[in-house]
Amino acid sequence: MNVLNFINAFFSDSAHWKGYDGIPTRLWEHIWYSLLALAIAAGIGLPIGLLTGHTGRGGNALAMIATAARALPSFGLLVLMFIGLGLGLLPVMIPLVILAVPPILVTTYEAVRSVDPSPVDAARGMGMHESRVLLQVELPVALPLILSGLRSAAIQIVSTATIAAYVSLGGLGRYIVDGLYQRDYEKVVGGATLVAVMALATLGVFWIANRVAVSPGVRRSN
Amino acid sequence: MGGYGQPRRVFGVLIRIDSVTKRYPDGTVAVDRLSLEIPDRSITVLVGPSGCGKTTTLRMINRMVEPSEGTILLDGKDIQQQPVNTLRRSMGYVIQNAGLFQHRTIVDNIATVPRMLGWGKDKARSRARELMERVGLDASLAKRYPYQLSGGQQQRVGVARALAADPPVLLMDEPFSAVDPVVRKGLQDELLRIQDELGKTIVFVTHDIDEAVKLGTMVAVMRTGGHLAQFAPPAELLSHPADEFVEDFLGADRGIRRLSFFSSAGLDLLTAPIVAVDATAEQIAARGTGDAPYLLVTDRGGKPLGWGEPRELAADGIRPAELLPYGRPFVAGTDSLRAALDCAVLSPTGWAVAVDAEGRAAGVVSQQAIGEAIRGAHAEGRENGGTTPAKSDTVTKVTG
Ligand SMILES: Nc1ncnc2c1ncn2[C@@H]1O[C@H](COP(=O)(O)OP(=O)(O)O)[C@@H](O)[C@H]1O
Ligand SMILES: [Mg+2]
Repeated sequence: MNVLNFINAFFSDSAHWKGYDGIPTRLWEHIWYSLLALAIAAGIGLPIGLLTGHTGRGGNALAMIATAARALPSFGLLVLMFIGLGLGLLPVMIPLVILAVPPILVTTYEAVRSVDPSPVDAARGMGMHESRVLLQVELPVALPLILSGLRSAAIQIVSTATIAAYVSLGGLGRYIVDGLYQRDYEKVVGGATLVAVMALATLGVFWIANRVAVSPGVRRSN
Repeated sequence: MGGYGQPRRVFGVLIRIDSVTKRYPDGTVAVDRLSLEIPDRSITVLVGPSGCGKTTTLRMINRMVEPSEGTILLDGKDIQQQPVNTLRRSMGYVIQNAGLFQHRTIVDNIATVPRMLGWGKDKARSRARELMERVGLDASLAKRYPYQLSGGQQQRVGVARALAADPPVLLMDEPFSAVDPVVRKGLQDELLRIQDELGKTIVFVTHDIDEAVKLGTMVAVMRTGGHLAQFAPPAELLSHPADEFVEDFLGADRGIRRLSFFSSAGLDLLTAPIVAVDATAEQIAARGTGDAPYLLVTDRGGKPLGWGEPRELAADGIRPAELLPYGRPFVAGTDSLRAALDCAVLSPTGWAVAVDAEGRAAGVVSQQAIGEAIRGAHAEGRENGGTTPAKSDTVTKVTG
């Protein structure tokens, strides 16, 4: 049997579409974990990235922290969190957030740094408050790059959120973990396919966000 | 611009720079004990070689740079005494690459300061459209984004944006340096026109002495190290450079450039050597007896066609295709002696053609006659106390 047959079998089995272990439930769980992790990571990464990028200070420290965070293995971190904190959402969120903050933080910093300095100078020269210079002059121009940072963070979260299953949470990882345990390869492949589809859907969402949120004047001039 | 006899009056001092020094943290002294009185409702140009402290001086006026020593007074009040953003909103600021907000449409770019001052969206936008017209931008550009505009158009938007809240002061840092010469000339003419209409106090930075002479009511020549070398009206600068540095900076052709300040109105134009294209051989022969070795042929409407030798014209009849080109004519009275001289030098016959405002031939004048007029004008300049050439009290330039 090849992979396509597995996929076909998994998705055509009506039992897989119902109940607490059904595809809709697991999908929603996965989306929920991913959104939560992305929101927390953005809540940390965006403001720090915007401020450091705006002032130009702390760039080196940022790069070091980001590199260190990237070197941490998510799964190892999960195990560590599990030992320290037991089961639950928190030990899952911590590794996901740590995974997602560096790309958001570093790209946001770089995005703001790379904004053409002359409009910023003009804005200050016309008496614009510093916060407005950041939010109304730098941010709109930096937005495409910032969104690309959020996008790579989101995709990493979506694929890594499968680890939630190891600490007996739900999500699409359940299929993979349980399938491997039960040697039910149909389930493993089905779960992996769903994760891949979700990653693609994430790309789609960011493409739309880019269309909607980025000014045509910025999109076209880059 | 106002022509001769319309003095552009200097009203008073608006900005007083008093013994200001700027030392950057790395020890560079960009401006050294500079004192300057910037007159109201006129264009004061800061000119000098790159790195001489022009930008630093300009940016101290809107406190983008804080002076290390000295004070700057705006309308008699120390600029340190008012909130920095209030100060900046009372001064339009135009920079070299326009610095437009690329995410905003043209009309919203221009409406920025009015919006900051709390105007409603509609009011700010209608004001912005008004300004687009004033700076010569087509209304159809309102909804475009900056990337869709040429460099010259972007610079016009920059000027409109600076004027939007009607500030009394306009600070301009090499605003026209990045555009090609033809567009630059258009922008300069536009600025002079706007200045005539609005009467702003403009501080204009450039490294281009021609631009300084063309635009400045007063010109401050700065020298490396942030020193003021000379502060004078452009005509005086050209006639009496304070020292060797200023003289070098003005360049070798300063004598020629000075001619821009003398009107061509005093030239004796000859009308005898002009014939219409349908003139008879007798008429040509009668005209060809004067001083001029050539005759200027015009069409029936009086517009010049070209030069021809009287004998050939009389013998063969007038054949417009065989006439010598007459070059670029100057407008009698309106253009300067510089334009008249240029015209004569470029003419194959050595004679310049003067036209009236409609382009009809008003007369012809020889290089020699122009040379005499130049000598006369210089002599008159010396008689006027020696410091200024003729009409310098009007601080007015003649186009061309
Ligand atoms: N922020 C700064 N820090 C240190 N030196 C500066 C700074 N800005 C300008 N300078 C120096 O000050 C001098 C004058 O600069 P500037 O005012 O920009 O000259 P200009 O506009 O006439 O070219 C130059 O030597 C320049 O290198
Ligand atoms: Mg400069």
